[in-house]
This record gives sequence, structure tokens and C-alpha cells, in this order.
Amino acid sequence: MDFELMFTSFPKLLGATLVTIKLLSASLFFGLIIGLLFAILRLNKNIFVNKFAYGYSYLFRGTPLLVQIFIIYFGLGQIEYLRSTFLWVILKEPYWCAIIAFTLNTGAYTSEILRSAFQTIKPGIIEAGKSLGIPNKIIFYKIQIPIAIRQSLPAYGNEIILMMKGTSLASTVTLMDLTGVAKYIISTTFKPIEVFIVAGGIYLFMTFIIHNFIKYLEKKYSFSQ
Amino acid sequence: MELLAFGKTGWGDELFYATLMTIAVSVTAMFIGFFFALIFTPLKLSKFKFLNFIGNFYTTVIRGVPELLVIYLFFFGGSGAIMYVASIFGYFEYIEINAFITGSVAIGIISGAYSTEVFRGAIQSIDKGQFEAAKVLGINKFTQFYKIILPQMLRLAIPNLSNVWQITLKDTSLISVTGLVEIMRQSYIAAGSTRDPLFFYSFAAILYLMLTYISMKIINRLEIKYNRGY
Repeated sequence: MDFELMFTSFPKLLGATLVTIKLLSASLFFGLIIGLLFAILRLNKNIFVNKFAYGYSYLFRGTPLLVQIFIIYFGLGQIEYLRSTFLWVILKEPYWCAIIAFTLNTGAYTSEILRSAFQTIKPGIIEAGKSLGIPNKIIFYKIQIPIAIRQSLPAYGNEIILMMKGTSLASTVTLMDLTGVAKYIISTTFKPIEVFIVAGGIYLFMTFIIHNFIKYLEKKYSFSQ
Repeated sequence: MELLAFGKTGWGDELFYATLMTIAVSVTAMFIGFFFALIFTPLKLSKFKFLNFIGNFYTTVIRGVPELLVIYLFFFGGSGAIMYVASIFGYFEYIEINAFITGSVAIGIISGAYSTEVFRGAIQSIDKGQFEAAKVLGINKFTQFYKIILPQMLRLAIPNLSNVWQITLKDTSLISVTGLVEIMRQSYIAAGSTRDPLFFYSFAAILYLMLTYISMKIINRLEIKYNRGY
């Protein structure tokens, strides 16, 4: 055990954790918006809208995240037309490519989580709202969405942890996130176990915080208070 | 379509063999995962605090640390660890482990952590009376597990195991970083030499979709088979 290496690599890895957290929070934020949008589309009765939303979630849940990042980072640059538009400013940066890929990926999983949450709401609750003369829009925003969020909290907590692990793939497109820096230190010092303990410890600590935060939210918003 | 031709002019046969490699790694990893799950599930359900701790430590660490980091640990640390063990027995030559074995073991350990959780959940949802009835009939623990608990548990575990299989299948794309030529690595090579990454990565995505679709169909059949009589 090389404890000195563990001490010297800790600040470097901690600095890289910031990149991981930035990637995670940006993709979760945009992913939640996309997820909610596609969950609503899934509940639409129009078969084309419905199939489109299903196709999106099937495509992104059925392929590895690595393929998605590579298509966006290496593949899209190949289209000549894209290079001439303003989109190229975003797509030439690996940072934004990673965020786009993570957003689309977590959006697909989030839409499934939210859809099943919407579907498990008891019809009686909506009927009760209707019989009280509440407009449909307000039933949706004030009754269905809060209940759906509460229902989906445990599954969404898992999704946050999966996404946190997913951000490690940013290192494959030259980004120096926690895994990227860990790999760099391993390949220069050839001490994989020490670096794994430190980097893995940081990841576990983040998992621990997310897990407890979700548990706290679950308790706060539980029905039986 | 020329790019996908079989033979020397295209990448069709290479990608076909790469797909077989992906399937081989996934199946091997899944079985290694079952092996780990069969060891760690009893530990997690054990009455002894220490054994409990070992079981929880395994599943918590593996499920809380990115797959890529675990793969790097095995990729860079695998041959070192084997050489260390060999040096105890007086063998000091350089030992290189095959990328297939490193990859399958790394993914297997990850998939094992998920399988352990699935098995634990399934066993816990079996009615207590089943255990008691087996005890009353004087059936020993081994037979009790294999003949009474396991068949009932499998039925409950199959839907969740199918999720584990999908996760494992997709995780194998990550071992392309170790140089094992599976779908992702082959697409990377083809994209590099033809300068057509969009086509090859999209094709890789289609291959993965195909694999997940076919495996879903097979698992659905298994589910029907094990649900007979319910």
C-alpha cells in the first residue's frame, strides 16, 4: 500500500469531482425536463405521438450510453451541414456533447419512471378533483404531478445514482472527470488499487449523500404523516 | 452498404464476429455473476453480523462505483495481482491475462452485485411456511435450497434478472477500453480507418438494439414457462 500516493492524489481527484458534479447536475436538470415532456407524450392518446415517445425511450434504453456519446461526439461532426450552423459551437466541445448524451439518456429513463408513476395514480383521485369542479389543467399541475413525483422518488433516486456512475464515461471523450483523472494517475504510477480506493471512496460518498437525500425527501413527502 | 460487405472489402464479417464476442462476454459475465450471487446472497441473509457486513460491502461498493472504474482496476491491476500471487509460489516471469478473461470477470463481478440483490429480494418474498414445512419434513438445508426454495425463487427472480441481463449486455461495451474486440471496439477500428464514425456507431447502436430485442423475446418465453400453474 502506497499511502503517500493516496494522500497526494486525493486533492487532484477531489478537483476532478467538481467536473463530475457539474456534468451530473446539468444532465439531471435537462433530463428531468425532457423526461417529464416525454412522459406526458406517452400518456397522449394519439398513436403517433405515443409511438414516437415510446421509440425515443426504447432507443436510448436499449443501447449502451457509450454508443450514444460516441455517435454525438464523433459521429455528428461528420455531417457537413452541421459544421456550418451555430450548433457546431456546442457540438465541437466534448463537454457539451457529454451533457447532451447524458441528458437524452437520463431523459429516456426518467420518462419511463414518470409514466409509470402517472399510471399508478388512482382514478378516484382525479374523479374527486373533477367532481369538486377543479379545471383539468389544475388537476394535472396541482394533483397529478405532486403525486407522481412522490411515487417516483425511490426509482428516480436509483436513476440519479446510475447517472452519477454514467458520468464516468465522459472520460472516454477526453474530459478529465473523476474517472478520467483516476485513469491518468493509474496509468502513470501503475498503482491501480490505491487510486481505486480513493476514487471509489469519493464515488461511494456521493452515492451515500444522494441515497440519504432521497430518503429524506421520501419521508418528507410521504402520505402517512 | 459496401462498408458492411463480408470479406476483405467491408466490415461485415468483422462486425459479425464482434457481435458474437459481445454475446460470449455477456453470457460468461452473467454466469460469473450468478456464481458470485450464490456466494454472497447467503451472506446477506445470514444471521451473523460479520458475514452480513461482507455481503453488504460487496453489493454497496460495486453498485456505488462506476463500472468503468472497476474495469480500469482489473485492466491495470489484474496481471499485477496474479503476478504477486505467482511470486509467492516462486514464479517471477511476466504474466499477461487475456482481455476476454479480465473483461468477463470485471463485468461478472458487477453483474453479480445486481444478481445478489435480485436473489435476496426473491428469497425474502417466499412464504416463511415453505421453510418451516421443509424443516418439519426433515429435509436437509441443501435439498431444501435446491429443490424447494430455488425453483420458487427463479419464477420471482426472472423479471428482475432480465433487467440484470440488459445491464450486463450494455456494460460489455465498456470493456472496449481494454482492447477486447467486441462491437464497440470493432466499430471504433472501422470508424477510424474509414473516417465514417456516424455510420459505424449508428450500426453498433442497431446491433445492440437487436441483441436487447432478441433477448427480451427469449426472456418473455422463459417467464411464461416458469409461470405455468400460477
